[in-house]
Amino acid sequence: MSGRRKAYVFTMKLLMWLSVGLTVALTLFLIGFIFAKGLPNVTWELLTESPSYLQDKIGILPDIVNTIYLVLATLVIVLPLGVGAAVYLTEYARNRRVVGIIEYAAETLSGIPSIIYGLVGMLAFANNFGKCLLAGALTLVIMNLPTVMRTTQESLKTVPESYREGAFGLGAGKWRVIRTVVLPGCVDGVVTGCILTVGRILGESAALLFTAGFAHTIGGVISALFSSGSSLTVALYVYAKEQGEFEVAFAIAAVLMVLTLLINLAASLVSRYFQRRRAA
Amino acid sequence: MKNRKAAFERLVYGIFLLLGLVTVGCVLFITVYLVIAGLPAIREIGLWQFLFGKVWASTAAEPSYGILPFILTSVYGTAGAIVLGVPVGFLAAVYLAKLAPKRVKSAVGTAVSLLAGIPSVVYGLVGMIVLVPAVRELFRLPDGASLFAAIIVLAVMILPSIVKVSVTALEAVPKEYEDASLALGATPVETYFRVSVPAAKSGIAAAVVLGVGRAIGEAMAVMMVCGNVANMPSLFGSVRFLTTAVATEMSYSSGLQRQALFSIALVLFLFIMLINACLNFFLKRDKEGAK
Repeated sequence: MSGRRKAYVFTMKLLMWLSVGLTVALTLFLIGFIFAKGLPNVTWELLTESPSYLQDKIGILPDIVNTIYLVLATLVIVLPLGVGAAVYLTEYARNRRVVGIIEYAAETLSGIPSIIYGLVGMLAFANNFGKCLLAGALTLVIMNLPTVMRTTQESLKTVPESYREGAFGLGAGKWRVIRTVVLPGCVDGVVTGCILTVGRILGESAALLFTAGFAHTIGGVISALFSSGSSLTVALYVYAKEQGEFEVAFAIAAVLMVLTLLINLAASLVSRYFQRRRAA
Repeated sequence: MKNRKAAFERLVYGIFLLLGLVTVGCVLFITVYLVIAGLPAIREIGLWQFLFGKVWASTAAEPSYGILPFILTSVYGTAGAIVLGVPVGFLAAVYLAKLAPKRVKSAVGTAVSLLAGIPSVVYGLVGMIVLVPAVRELFRLPDGASLFAAIIVLAVMILPSIVKVSVTALEAVPKEYEDASLALGATPVETYFRVSVPAAKSGIAAAVVLGVGRAIGEAMAVMMVCGNVANMPSLFGSVRFLTTAVATEMSYSSGLQRQALFSIALVLFLFIMLINACLNFFLKRDKEGAK
């Protein structure tokens, strides 16, 4: 092999190693830095109390509760919509053009930046019934619809055609086949979609800033849905950028990182579990 | 009995059809809302004045609404992030898809998904605390919050999508191509860069376009490190992006100023639609190429 070829191979290998090393180093640095700065500030008081100016203390319990409400409200609305759309696409749609249009729309939705969702959510929801968690959740529904639709669609494609034919052969109607054969087959897609949605909601901030607001109040599910409330990410932004409370901001960042790690772990466990079950 | 059953099935069909069309409805809904909200200000200010005006002074006594600084900042910022992020992501993807041992591949894959999962405000926070002071010290600036800091944050943020999409594209290259090249005496590294990469070029182009979309649409992380002053862009100056222009003033704006913010969002939306069209083009070509 000529010297030039050797040099080429060597340079390319070196560059690849550097790139991979840089990627891994960045990840480790970010996670390590956030934990080092944030975990010491995560105290029991911080996690379990509301902020109060009078007592000069900061607690993030309302933000945690609001985030949970947002996740639940979004999932309750987005799951039927996304699963229904996926069932329509795989079970009913005959017209290639309709399928094409719906899939193109879904791709378009997943490319729209969250600040635009936030703006439209503000115009359409928050301007009509005020900045509240429900307005935020509805905005998040539109954002996450393509994800749930796609994961469900993928899992519906793996339901063997013979199952459907068998059920039809026994005289079942279309709806009965869907209810008893098709829907049970897409559990893995729905679960994966849920995990991805939760991950995205945890990280979302731009879409919530103008729709859900940033109050740190705490309330029951119904009253909270109709009042303004900040999620963890929005609280982080407000504490860091507007109030200069970096210790609290890093504490929230550490909490968010722990949740992100858990979501990633859950996603890989779930996919492994369903793969094994399918193989068996 | 039979009629009732048929009617019921038709009803179910109708419900699923409606659910299927919800996504299309959402896209139309967003488009219509943005156009209705965004056009009045453009009409009042004048399209030319709005797009190519160099001064944005929305709260001045004689307000001026030119968004050229924001457009150029977004374009430069995105280009910078691509220049820094794409080579690293591309080279890492070739290694992961072709050369990496199984263990390394799954470990680095986990790291990349974690990087993708970090919320953008967290990137912004670390940028504020680490990157901005570092830029200030390194280049002896009065303030480190600048286009340069934003470019670095964006480059890190688009890295995971570039790696993931490129790996998928490279893995889809038929093994026969590589075998033929290896049999002719090329080394593995030569094969991967001169055979596999050209074969996966549509997929890799899609990865780059996806990165462009991510970078141009990012708001919160950029807002925390770019300084947010409506200057014409310069690498070490405080700048404002299209996204941050909307986010900064929205909470206290009113009247024409508020409408102008909607117009900025409309411009951003048009950029994104253009990028989406490119993305679709490359993805479709990739699929056809694989057949």
